[in-house]
Amino acid sequence: MSQEQLVAAAYGVFLAVVLAWIVIIAAKLSRLERETTELAELARRRRDDG
Amino acid sequence: MRTANPSVPLLAAIAVALTGAAVVMVFFVAPEDVDQGISQRIFYVHVPIALTAYACFGLGAWKALRLLWTRGERYDLESYTAIHQGTIFGALTLLTGAIWAKASWGVWWLWSEDQLVLFLVLFLFYCAYFMLRFSLEPGARRERISAVYALFGVALIPVSFLAIRLAENFIHPTVFTRDGPQMDGSMFGAFCVAWAALLLLAYVMYRVELLGKRTDANLRLLRETLTS
Repeated sequence: MSQEQLVAAAYGVFLAVVLAWIVIIAAKLSRLERETTELAELARRRRDDG
Repeated sequence: MRTANPSVPLLAAIAVALTGAAVVMVFFVAPEDVDQGISQRIFYVHVPIALTAYACFGLGAWKALRLLWTRGERYDLESYTAIHQGTIFGALTLLTGAIWAKASWGVWWLWSEDQLVLFLVLFLFYCAYFMLRFSLEPGARRERISAVYALFGVALIPVSFLAIRLAENFIHPTVFTRDGPQMDGSMFGAFCVAWAALLLLAYVMYRVELLGKRTDANLRLLRETLTS
């Protein structure tokens, strides 16, 4: 590998890890949003049941 | 009494702006190193990442100390999150360091280099933190044991940091000496901006992850209450 490719690899690794972190957090946010909707539905049913 | 924290979106915007400024300074302002050539530019990402990893581990230890001191439950999650961030940045330090080693020395790793081996030991020590934490039942006992472990880990940081200066035969470069930084003013400026960007980025990641974990815990409590 040339020196230029190694410099690109070092910065690329950093970028890849940050992007992977963003994907993981986005997945977590989606799960939290889904769970919040389920809980809201559960609370609504309990309220309607009296 | 708790002080108001700056907002995460604002901090994230500043981190992005600083990262952009760092990229411009590293590739367009800082001159090319006479000895190492273009591979020296890895310094601007590798060293700030390593220092940020130390800062995260230090923050984790500080929160652990607060937990042991005040018994405040929230510090457990804060300490755990900071150590998690430190481990991510620690892994990045090893990866970018290996790439720089290949560029400068022609090898990916040198077992004879105390600095590299000690950082690996530090990294593995914090990896073991997660094994310890998740092998225990959640509760006060796990919080205390995790906090004590996090405090022990912080003792390795000065050893790892000073290893390069204590080693007799080393080829790992020493940039910061008692006479100050051994580099050109614009190189030092690029380094400072890159480090500030990474520190802020790590702090934003810490805050976002903490928000997620707290929301997760609150939702679990809410589910238990609603289904009981």
